Amino acid sequence: MSSAVTDAHEHDHDHHGPAKGLKRWLYATNHKDIGTMYLVFSGIMFFIGGFMALIIRSELFTPGLQFVAPNFFNQMTTMHALIMVFGAVMPAFVGLANWMIPMMIGAPDMALPRMNNWSFWILPVAFSMLLATLVMPGGAPAGGWTMYPPLVLQTGDAFPFLIFSVHLMGLSSIMGAINVIVTIINMRTPDMTLLKMPMFVWTWLITAYLLIAVMPVLAGAVTMLLTDQFFGTSFFLAAGGGDPVMFQHIFWFFGHPEVYIMILPAFGVVSEIIPTFARKPLFGHDSMVYAASSIAFLSFIVWAHHMFTTGMPLTGQLFFMFATMLIAVPTGVKVFNWTATMWKGAMTFETPMLFSLAFLFLFTIGGFSGLMLAVVSSDIQYHDSYFVVAHFHYVLVPGSIFGIMAAVYYWLPKWTGHMYNEKLGQVHFWLSTIFVNVTFFPMHFLGLAGMPRRIPDYSTQFADFNSIASIGAIGFGLSQLLFVYVVIQCVRKQGAKASSEVWEHPKGLEWTVPSPAPYHTFNDPPKVAAEVAFS
Amino acid sequence: MIRRTCLSVAGLILAGSAKADWALNMPRGVTELSVETYDLHMQVFYWCVAIAIVVFGAMIWSLVRHRKSLGVEPAKFSHSMAAEVIWTTIPIIILLLMAIPAAETLVKLEDGRKPDLTVVVTGYQWRWHYAYQGEDVSFYSSLARTSADARRKNSGIDPFTVENYLLEVDRPLVVPRGAKVRILLTSNDVLHAWWVPDLAIKKDAVPGFINETFFRAEESGVYRGQCAELCGMDHGYMPIVVEVLEQDEYQAWLDNQKNGDAKLAAAK
Repeated sequence: MSSAVTDAHEHDHDHHGPAKGLKRWLYATNHKDIGTMYLVFSGIMFFIGGFMALIIRSELFTPGLQFVAPNFFNQMTTMHALIMVFGAVMPAFVGLANWMIPMMIGAPDMALPRMNNWSFWILPVAFSMLLATLVMPGGAPAGGWTMYPPLVLQTGDAFPFLIFSVHLMGLSSIMGAINVIVTIINMRTPDMTLLKMPMFVWTWLITAYLLIAVMPVLAGAVTMLLTDQFFGTSFFLAAGGGDPVMFQHIFWFFGHPEVYIMILPAFGVVSEIIPTFARKPLFGHDSMVYAASSIAFLSFIVWAHHMFTTGMPLTGQLFFMFATMLIAVPTGVKVFNWTATMWKGAMTFETPMLFSLAFLFLFTIGGFSGLMLAVVSSDIQYHDSYFVVAHFHYVLVPGSIFGIMAAVYYWLPKWTGHMYNEKLGQVHFWLSTIFVNVTFFPMHFLGLAGMPRRIPDYSTQFADFNSIASIGAIGFGLSQLLFVYVVIQCVRKQGAKASSEVWEHPKGLEWTVPSPAPYHTFNDPPKVAAEVAFS
Repeated sequence: MIRRTCLSVAGLILAGSAKADWALNMPRGVTELSVETYDLHMQVFYWCVAIAIVVFGAMIWSLVRHRKSLGVEPAKFSHSMAAEVIWTTIPIIILLLMAIPAAETLVKLEDGRKPDLTVVVTGYQWRWHYAYQGEDVSFYSSLARTSADARRKNSGIDPFTVENYLLEVDRPLVVPRGAKVRILLTSNDVLHAWWVPDLAIKKDAVPGFINETFFRAEESGVYRGQCAELCGMDHGYMPIVVEVLEQDEYQAWLDNQKNGDAKLAAAK
């Protein structure tokens, strides 16, 4: 451990520091700078997407149309999803990967720094274009983020911009994924064998393969939409011999691995955090790796469970039902292993641990509703209802997003060299956790009682739970301002100075370098000493 | 039985609400398959509750007992093959117990043979069209005037004063009780989905393709649902109403439909 620190110090002074001003960011090739940009970008998108969510929830506060026209409402649901999925959650994980993977595997930087720069700078372009559609004739895309034809072909001038921005997002993700894979495979410090890698690195490696496998499929699907619209093809138009349902098969072949792309890195994050605050090694490190790999494999053979109502042969439905149920096994293994990690530990409850624990409980609830959704005949009742909305928000908000927040609190002292305000962090945690449940739990009831999703107005029997959900959403949104405040406070170095270990003897190479992490770390590969090694 | 008691107790507690019915659960519905689906839903739910009690119980126990503030020393163990095998095997067994009844119900759900009556349902932006196969009866079914007026932005009409707000149509689908009704679904424009929770059927209407589903309502009454697949601007405004009549009433209704004068009367 001490050797790594001295190595980092020795080589620090014969390297340039960061460039000054705008050039530092525009021409950035340093993994830490690019990681920061990804995280800031993701934060901005999180608030834009969140603002759209609040428009949706305000309109749904009470029956009757009060604020927006139905078409604008549909634009909001569509844009909220696209921005949150591709703009907030995915870039946040890429940002964490950029910051942490080189430091966790003892590499000086990402393997392909210029591509790294490009893959980031594509994103602001893609999302400026997507957001610009809001002011185009016909408005923003309103056919749902799933872009099902033929409805999506009724989009106005926004249509080609939607397709092109999805292409760009995919391009960015693919390049980011290539970078992660090349870095992990080639740049690990020599004595870090694959099974000695930290779980966050492992889950990201698996995620990166998923990205490379499915982002081109999405690109292909939207390209077919584009040619259907402008070049006279009929991939998805029955009148020309095509099949609208084929789009759904292709889309969900991307879409289901995509949901694991958004959760596997969060699995990795909590697998780092829980051992630190339980002061006990991660239980079953290797079986966690195998579980994550099995989940990734299964994610490719369950896509049609999103489409049980489209009309499928009985055998197809049975296959996709059984395959989907099977995912509960490796996911269960992960949850049990986290529990076993906490078991007989000596736990403390700092903010990152609190978020990880909320993740553990609430993601599991999302898993339960997922299991219920796997059963075809019940799914036929749940499908496209608020039950589904509740399910995927439980796995995405207290799942992915709490994972991201836990990661930010956990590594922020390493990034800034200062502790965040623990008290405010815990207030932020409790507000977020309470409001996330107030928002999304009643949606289970709404869905079961028969409320379809994506409707701007509803029958009066759904009024009470909708009001509760809207109050929760506004509370959750406002609570996130506190998060921004805590982060800014920490970045402006207003907390106590952080030691290089930050927490009590956490494992991993990132804790062997000083806090804040120097601009260049691990110019010479470090030794993986016993006290930082995994498994 | 216990299930029913629990629900009715929950219902009594929540009955105080003035404006809404605080429905917490899926309706049992009025077809054999809707009841079966409901039971399956509850069965999987109870499995989830049981697993949650064990897993969350272990987590909470650990959170209470294994904290540094109690002065405990952290244990050192980091793996156990036996534990991994146990918590891989038990979930597989539970899944098998769930999968068997789930598959049985699914097989029944797909058995659309020997219908007593076939209705071709076509989705339009934004209304439904019903055509009774073999009978000269077909009509559009749109959002009722009362709801259509109240739904306008700032209409000044309180939705709570409108009966069955957004769930009422001008002309419902009428079917006889006890008959196996086959629904053939298609669409004229974009995707729609025909969903009636009490009948436990939801099926997509796909332009250019025909989907099939069926139901046999055991109780007469009026059952309401909505389009469940996003179909554009007025997706929220194309409800479905199915009126289940006794066989003789249905026959009388059908005869009326075929009679021009009665058609006018019905349209009023």
